[in-house]
Parts: sequence; C-alpha cells; structure tokens
Amino acid sequence: MIGDLSLPMLIASVLAASAPLIIIALGETLAEKSGVINLSLDGVVLFSAMAAFVVAKETDSLLLGFFAGGCAGMLTGIVVGYFSIYLHLSQVAVGFALSLLCRDLAYFLGNPYSRVQGPAMLTSKLPFFDALPSSLQIILTQPLTVWFALLLVALIYFFFSFSKAGLCLRSVGENPAASFARGLNPAKIQMMAVLAGAFLVGIGGAAYSLSLKPGWGRPQGAEGIGWIGLALVIFGGWNPIRVALGAVFFAFLQVSGIGLQDLFPGVPSQVFQTAPFPLMIFTLIFMHYSTSRSRKQGTGNRLQRLAGKLFMSRAPRGLGQSYRQE
Amino acid sequence: MKKLSFDIVLGGLLVFGFTYLVLLIAGAPVLDAFRHIWLGAFSSSIKISQVLSVWVPLTLCSCGLLFTFRANLWNIGIEGQVTMGAIGAMAVLRIPFIEHPSLVLTLAFLASMLCGGAWGLFAGFLKTRGGVHEIFGGLGLNFVSQGFILWLIFGPWKRPGIASMSGTELLPRKLWLASLPGWRVASAGIIIAVAVLILTWLFLEKSQLGLKLKAIGQNPKAALLYAISPERFYLQSIFIAGSCAGIAGFLQISGVYHRLIPSISSGYGYLALLLVMLSGYRIILIPILAFFFASLNVGAIQLPIVLQLDSALSGVIQGCCVLSALFILGIRQRRARS
Repeated sequence: MIGDLSLPMLIASVLAASAPLIIIALGETLAEKSGVINLSLDGVVLFSAMAAFVVAKETDSLLLGFFAGGCAGMLTGIVVGYFSIYLHLSQVAVGFALSLLCRDLAYFLGNPYSRVQGPAMLTSKLPFFDALPSSLQIILTQPLTVWFALLLVALIYFFFSFSKAGLCLRSVGENPAASFARGLNPAKIQMMAVLAGAFLVGIGGAAYSLSLKPGWGRPQGAEGIGWIGLALVIFGGWNPIRVALGAVFFAFLQVSGIGLQDLFPGVPSQVFQTAPFPLMIFTLIFMHYSTSRSRKQGTGNRLQRLAGKLFMSRAPRGLGQSYRQE
Repeated sequence: MKKLSFDIVLGGLLVFGFTYLVLLIAGAPVLDAFRHIWLGAFSSSIKISQVLSVWVPLTLCSCGLLFTFRANLWNIGIEGQVTMGAIGAMAVLRIPFIEHPSLVLTLAFLASMLCGGAWGLFAGFLKTRGGVHEIFGGLGLNFVSQGFILWLIFGPWKRPGIASMSGTELLPRKLWLASLPGWRVASAGIIIAVAVLILTWLFLEKSQLGLKLKAIGQNPKAALLYAISPERFYLQSIFIAGSCAGIAGFLQISGVYHRLIPSISSGYGYLALLLVMLSGYRIILIPILAFFFASLNVGAIQLPIVLQLDSALSGVIQGCCVLSALFILGIRQRRARS
C-alpha cells in the first residue's frame, strides 16, 4: 500500500495509467519488428493528443476524436516511412527532427484550445458488474481504452506468432534481402507496418487527451511518454506481451510516485515523475549483462539461466538499416 | 554552386510553404507573423543582444556535437550536460569564503566543464560498458538531471522562506559577467563561443583526433584493425561534447539568468542537434545557422503578446528546415544513384 491508496484502488489506477502506454509501445513494436525505428514517438503522442482533443471538442464526438488522433499519427508515419524507407535517410535523424517538429506544431495549433473544457471518456460498467465483489468492481471500473489495450496485446501477439502476414513482417525485419528473394516486397511491408504502428501511437495519444489526462494545454502531461514508450519496446524485448507487462510496470512507478509525494511533501512532484528513467537505464544494463552472459556460458546455475531467459532478447536483425533493392 | 543555390531556394520554398499552411490552419495573419518575428529579433540593440545571448549556448552545444557526430554517436544527452554544467558552476559560485570574483568565476567555469563532461562520460560508459545505446542512456540522464535540478531548487538551494519554480536567489552583482553598456549579452560569452568554434575547427580538421574520430565514425571495425580503439574515442568525444555543453550552462548562469532556474538549459541542446543536422556537420555553417535559429527563438517570444499565437512557431520553422534539408538530400542521393 502506498500513501492513501488501497490495493484495489492502486490496481485500478495502474491499469488506467498503463492503457495509453501499452497502445503506444505496441504501435512502436509493430514498426520496429519490420525493421524501422520510429523515433518521432514523443512528438507524435502530443500531436495526436492535440488533434484528438480539438476534433472531439468541435464535433462533440469521442469516436471521431480517437479516429482523428489515429489519423494524425498516421500522417507522421507517412513522413517517417517515406523518408527512411524510400529515401534511405537515417531513421534516427528523421525521427528526432519530426519529434521536435510535431511537439511544437501541437503547442502552436492547440494554443486556442488550451485549458478548455471538452469531452472526456467516462468509465463504463461491464454487463455483469453488480454481481461482482466490491473490490473487483473498483478494479474493473475502467474507461474503454483499458479494454482496447488489453485486447490489442492479444491481437498483436497472435498476429506475430500465428498469422502469415505477421511472419512476413518479421522476416522483413530480420532480413529484407532474403525476404525479397522469397517474393515479398520489403518496402511495401515496412511502410504498412510503420503506418499501422503510427496509427496506434496516435490512438494512444488520443487516450491521453480524451481519457487519462483530459484536455489540452502546455504542458499537457503526456510529455516524455513517447520516450518511455521507445524504451519499453527494448525493455520488452520486442515481444508484445512483455512490452505490455513493462508498460504496466512503468505505470505502477508513475502511480506510486504520486503516492510517494504524500510521504515526502518537501520534494516537488516532478522529481518523482523522472523515476522511470533511471530505472529504464538499470533494466537496459541488466538486460545487456544477462543476455551476453547466458550467451557465453550455456550452463550457469539455474537462477542465472532463468534470468537469462527472462531478459534475453534480440533486436530484429535489420533494425535501423534501410534496405536497397539490388 | 548552381546546384547549392537551387537547393537553398527549394528548401526555403518548402519551409515557407509549410509555415504558411500551418499559419493558415491556425487562422493567423501570415505576413504579420513573419514581420513580428523579424521585429522581435532585430528592432533594437537590446533585441539583437538577446539574439546573441541565445547564439552563444547554441554555438557551444553545436561545436560539442560535431565531435560526437564525427564518431557517429548520437549524443542526445547534451541537454542534461548543459544542466549539469550549470549545476556545477552554481555549486562553485555559492561558495561563500572565496573573496576574489574573477577567481570564483574561473573556478566555476572549470567546474562546469568538468560536470558537463562527467555527465557525458556517464552516458559514454553506459554505452561502452553497459551496452545501453547512447540515445536511451542520454535521454534517461536528461530526465535524471532535470529531477536533480528541481530537487536542488526546492531543497538545499531554495530561497530563504519560499521555494518556487522561479529558481534560486540571485547571485551577487560582482559575480555577473560584464557586458558592454547598452548591450544585454556578456562579452565574455561571445569571446568564449568564438574561441571554442576556432578550437573545434582546429581539432576536427587539423589534428589526429579529428581524423581518428572520422575513421571510427565511418567504420568502427576497420578502425579497430588500425589499433584505434573505438571505445576510447567514443569516451573522448562525448567528454568534449559534455564540456562544451557545460560551458554553455556556466554562461547561462553567470551571463544570462544570474541564478539557477529549472529550465536553465532551455532546450538549446535539442535545438543544437537539429542545427548540426541542418548544417550537414560542416563547422563553417554552424555560426550562421545558430544565428538564424537564435533570431527565430527570440523573435517568436513576443508572438503571444501581439498576435495571441504560441511561441512554438519558431520550433515549427526550425524542425521544418531540418526535414526539408533531409528531403532534398534524399532526393538528390536517389537521383545520383539512378
């Protein structure tokens, strides 16, 4: 128990806070599995959050708001995809420049809408809700985004593991030249993966401005989330289920940061909000060591092997390189 | 030459067209917005000196980044290195018992270089020893330094009575870097920035270090065969970058704000990354582009007051410049191949 939060409340707020993160990180996983790093995440989250809020406010429709968020994300995906796949430019350079551009664009265009009341997604009840014990009721009182995020985890997992399209996407990410020889079109598949991933990132951004932190302003509250999302993909070893678990873990850190603030009133809340970042570095170091160790010695003691298996991960081989058709 | 001027015109058109579109969407008077940015940057000597005081940290950070980019490192942690340099300088400037102002300032200068450099080395070691990619290590450290500076301002270094986002207490006047009468920019800052520019040029173009960094950046495996250890040069280049950023932090404290504020780095590190990309890693373009970026930044400050527009417009133009440059580069490379 942290601060004033009881256990069911804690679980409920962690779930709510993790939903947008899961959606964003899974979107990035989709792109990276095909071999393209989309570094523009941080700006795109803000840009799509702004677009979603403005459209939802003007049309008074949440559904259109989410759709607009996704489309705004996809728009940036076109830039990332065209520049890095078809023009063969550095994916990092394009992503970073686009990230700053999108952030400022969001602040600039969203300015008239800052601190304005707008529609926000309420929590919805499940059909068999009243039959449940009260602690479960607290946990399950969630906005639709949470259920969408959980469904998405399963969908993406099955897509990668059991569908032919998923197999094609992964093979392009591992070895585009070989995939081309097998009759696939790497550029087209990568472009589709980037666009779909960016659409999801946009939905995740919309989930911030329409549900988790309703409204728009400077700062919105979603700043830095994109960078966490990028780290989560590595943390989760490009495996959708582990990525989602990582998102839940980081959401727990954020929520407990708010709780810790009650314990240390002299420390400003912004200090606690930076907590996920040093932890991200630690996990990355830990991952590096357990991966390299378990590779070197196939037989360690059982605990070492377990740690190696848990944290063992490998990036898609073709990640970050642009493929030129011979 | 003809090609270059064609590219510049094309890039200018792209940037102008995009900005025009953005302003139209926002429903803002397009020409007025540009006119006010121009007036905001150049209408008086105070404004021009403000531009110069932004030019100084941008130039310093860009010089540092040239070293890391040369070794093919993405030193995104430069933002945190500015912050840590400022913290190091402030720590020295707060020492009460040294009487001589110029001694304190010199010590603070050295401390800022050391702190910024050490923060850079931290990210470097994370890469070479910990296997953490420099983008993620650097970003994480940026946020850590942000948390650290907030803790200092609200904790140990808070103003007596009130702790607030407006920062620590002002330094005594004798610790302010002097500026010419009528100008609001520390002359020492400009001198330091120009000196660092020249030193960077000498190091990168005329020394062994520059050549070896280039070798590592272009092919780390081959460099290893020539007994150039990539790891050592990664660390060296990121230390130099951190030191340059640290100096920028020092000048922000003693030349501009005269106190520690939460946003002491003001995003100049990230902006310098854009700037260096736009320059195509050519040092000759750095001072010119830094002046351009600085005047956009300063010019946009008054947009919220006169036109009720967000000052982020400057960032939109800057980001668009870089993307346009990349676009032109990509198109030209594609044409060269086919």
